[in-house]
Amino acid sequence: MALLEILNLTKGFRSPDGSVTPILDVPSFSLDAGAQVALAGSSGSGKTTLLHLIAGILTPDSGSVEVDGTSVHTLSESKRDAFRARNIGYVFQTFNLLGGFTALENVLLGMTFGPGADREFAKSLLERLDLADRLDHRPGQLSIGQQQRVALARALANRPRLVLADEPTGNLDRKRSSEALDMIREMCAEQDAALLLVTHDSDALAKFDTTMDLTDVNRASTAFVDRSVN
Amino acid sequence: MGTLWMIVRRSLRQHALSTAVTVVSVALAAGLVMSVFAVSKQTRDAFTGGEIGYDAVLGARGSPLQLVLNTVYHLETSPGNIPWSLYQSIKNERGVTAAVPYAVGDNYRGWRIVGTTEQAFAEQQFAATNPGGRSFDERYPEAVIGAEVARKAGLTVGSKFSPYHGLIFKESEKHADVYTVVGVLEPTNSPSDRVIWIPIEGIFRMEGHVLRGTGEVYEPATGASIPDEHKEVSAVMLRLGGRTGVRLDQTINRQGTVATLAYPIEKSMAELFEKMGWVVKVLELVAYLVVVVAAGAILASLYNTMNERRREFAILRALGARKGTVFAAIVLESSTIALLGSLVGYVIYAAILGTAAAVVRSQTGVVMEVTDVHPALWWTPAGMMVVGAIAGLLPAFKAYSTDVAASLVPGS
Repeated sequence: MALLEILNLTKGFRSPDGSVTPILDVPSFSLDAGAQVALAGSSGSGKTTLLHLIAGILTPDSGSVEVDGTSVHTLSESKRDAFRARNIGYVFQTFNLLGGFTALENVLLGMTFGPGADREFAKSLLERLDLADRLDHRPGQLSIGQQQRVALARALANRPRLVLADEPTGNLDRKRSSEALDMIREMCAEQDAALLLVTHDSDALAKFDTTMDLTDVNRASTAFVDRSVN
Repeated sequence: MGTLWMIVRRSLRQHALSTAVTVVSVALAAGLVMSVFAVSKQTRDAFTGGEIGYDAVLGARGSPLQLVLNTVYHLETSPGNIPWSLYQSIKNERGVTAAVPYAVGDNYRGWRIVGTTEQAFAEQQFAATNPGGRSFDERYPEAVIGAEVARKAGLTVGSKFSPYHGLIFKESEKHADVYTVVGVLEPTNSPSDRVIWIPIEGIFRMEGHVLRGTGEVYEPATGASIPDEHKEVSAVMLRLGGRTGVRLDQTINRQGTVATLAYPIEKSMAELFEKMGWVVKVLELVAYLVVVVAAGAILASLYNTMNERRREFAILRALGARKGTVFAAIVLESSTIALLGSLVGYVIYAAILGTAAAVVRSQTGVVMEVTDVHPALWWTPAGMMVVGAIAGLLPAFKAYSTDVAASLVPGS
């Protein structure tokens, strides 16, 4: 049963001269519930744009994204925000933690926009990620690896059906990167959340049973004809 | 709401310096607004609503206000003298329950000396801190002094002093007469606390003084009694019964040409404040302008942080915060800054009020009721919060319009 279904999804960005440069053209893509898939793509291949479209942060020029039977882009903006908060966890390359909030508050904040803050669950997640003694530390007081784990806890805090990870190990060294990936996969499996991870790191890709090349998914990244669409 | 508060609290803490500066500017505005409204009213109340002890003042033809300022508040100069016969005739007037003559024109090191009769302080208590106090004997050079004079001039029962001619202290104007303090009055929190009272006969006979009760210059001879026709007084303080004041106002002010009756006393002071009304209006205008400047400060401080906070808003949005949530967070933040500023504004208000009360008391002896709560004390913070919310609209709209996808990228 597919949790994520993408059909004929296109997205382009308007250049200063008025022309539109296509970034994404995905005829179809699907991800089963609980599956873990890594998408390989080089810088500028549209990885982040794809994840933003799936999460409803960006709106497509055409096509559809269905998550757990809901057509994300037919929802109003505020409903899309609420849907994202409840159903999709997002791990950013730069973690995007809020500097003024403690580790625990960062996790709780993510929960408040979803089903509601559950302090005990937030703490248990952080403890599970070896951050029991860092709950009251702000991001600036945490190591990069610890920040990454806080970001992971925040992504999982609302028990999402789908976790999107955008180069989550891009800022870590090889050893930490391997540990972090194991943790992400393990935690997603524990919570029965499907994981779609995009990366250009071959070591990261090697961790996954199912990997795909973004160029096989995104026709726009392989097009060699004039991309301007007016 | 809890989430909004959390966002606001963290933001204020993160931008502590700019928050503090903005809070101070709002505090100045709020403190100024509260002070202008409350202090002006309390000053007016203090000068027009206090217990004076008299209903009217009879004095030389001229300004009732000058008469009141000179006799009740012991400020300004006397508008002139009236003959003793006028004092005697008003004293015997039907409906006049008390008539106390005042003769002014001397001082002791700046403290005004008023020549009067024992009746002036018949209802006052002598200070327990100066035991043995009594009223002066009108036949001798004795003095009863107000509490503030005793405290500040260092006089006590048994002290001797020589008056100085005029209302302004000049060392060279010292009279040869020597007076003995026989009583110190209990504090009354009124201008009387700043006065030295001596027998009116003492003023008549002060070395160098002359009397012009008949229009001719008369200098009293030592040991000889002074004929009433030569005597004159600066004013007569009156207590009136029934509608006597209205009747006397008609006969003395409207039909007469010799004297002026300041009645009721509060009316003269109220007229002074009416005349000064435009000053209060100007101050109010200035206060409102400062509020506008403070609102601008809130707007600028928030707006200037919007660029650095774009990523923060984008993260919140990515986490599922609605646009309206981000908008509300900024408006709540600007209102909170305004509220914090208003709370600090109370300190500024208290400082201004305290200073004003101290200055008014030291200059006039009038005590302001500093604990009175003026409505401005609650509507100013409420108004500042509304102004703060309005000032937050533009930054909030900028936050509302954040391009989430573009702003999530580091360094965007």
